[in-house]
Amino acid sequence: MKNDYRARNHPAYWAFLTHRISGVLLTLFLPLHFWALGNALHGEAKLESFLRWSDQPLVKFGEWALVLLLAAHMAGGVRLLMLEFLDWRDWSKTLLAGAAGVSVAVALLFLLNLA
Amino acid sequence: MAAMLKVKIWRGAEAGQFQEYEVPRLESQTVLDVVTYVQRRLDPSLAYRFACRVGVCGSCAMTVNGVSRWTCRTHVSKVAADDHLEIAPLRNLPVIRDLATDMREFFDKWAKARGQFTGSQTRKDEFAAVKPESKERKRVDAAIECIGCGVCYSSCEVVTWKPDYLGPAALSRAWTLVNDVRDVAQQERLAAVAGDAGCHACHTHLNCTERCPKGISPTAGIAGLKRAVLKATLKGEI
Repeated sequence: MKNDYRARNHPAYWAFLTHRISGVLLTLFLPLHFWALGNALHGEAKLESFLRWSDQPLVKFGEWALVLLLAAHMAGGVRLLMLEFLDWRDWSKTLLAGAAGVSVAVALLFLLNLA
Repeated sequence: MAAMLKVKIWRGAEAGQFQEYEVPRLESQTVLDVVTYVQRRLDPSLAYRFACRVGVCGSCAMTVNGVSRWTCRTHVSKVAADDHLEIAPLRNLPVIRDLATDMREFFDKWAKARGQFTGSQTRKDEFAAVKPESKERKRVDAAIECIGCGVCYSSCEVVTWKPDYLGPAALSRAWTLVNDVRDVAQQERLAAVAGDAGCHACHTHLNCTERCPKGISPTAGIAGLKRAVLKATLKGEI
């Protein structure tokens, strides 16, 4: 018999899901990122028009989501490295709160920069 | 507190269904009390396993409202806020009947993870002196209280994904021996836990750490094994 969601409903599992989902979404975004960078090779005008297009509110929201995903994936990754490479300590489970805090702080900083 | 508890209990083997019972609600009642009431008063054909009733033997572990636990140390008031209980056998293990699982695979994996101590001294030698404050001894202390109840194994997602995976309890046991300075089978042990079904399969979900009734973190031991295996591989020992 298999477990259902009730067995997985705890913060460390949410952290696993966050890390996995953010990783997959960032991978999907990568081709778009390279395409945008590739625009620079086709001259200043093309890149400029793309950058103007990216000033739209919806695109800015997308950028913010990307920053949040990146921050969550990075902070989650650092947490995993610490869990795997350091001896277990009383605060090992609390690392999760730190990673969540860093992700939210980075996303808020980005929002403040937009404003 | 309602006068009666509504209790759904798994009946059958792998194929089966939940059956509903009504059990009188009592003060300080444990989930094991509820199962025992059903078997003694309502349906003597119910199969389940227990021995000590006080959290020493680890044989009464079951899945209570979706979470693996010791039923003897779980008060009904903690898990049945709405007076409903769902009691099922442990996960990731073949069900023999009702709430009793076949735990052979679980214990066989302890042997596969080289969970036996191998010493080199005889009874005629002096006692080995292991300092309580040494790093190795402290690591052993952190995991040595495991009583093999199977709660971590039942909670582990990786065991579900990959049935060959040795699992948290067996690997945690191997970690206590890796830190046993008297043991002389370290290379064989590291080789045994280095394979596809070994420590590197762990995804650090921490389901085992979250559910262990003894407060042990098998994840910590598995991470330690990953480091030990890496070190031994770099040195060309395994």
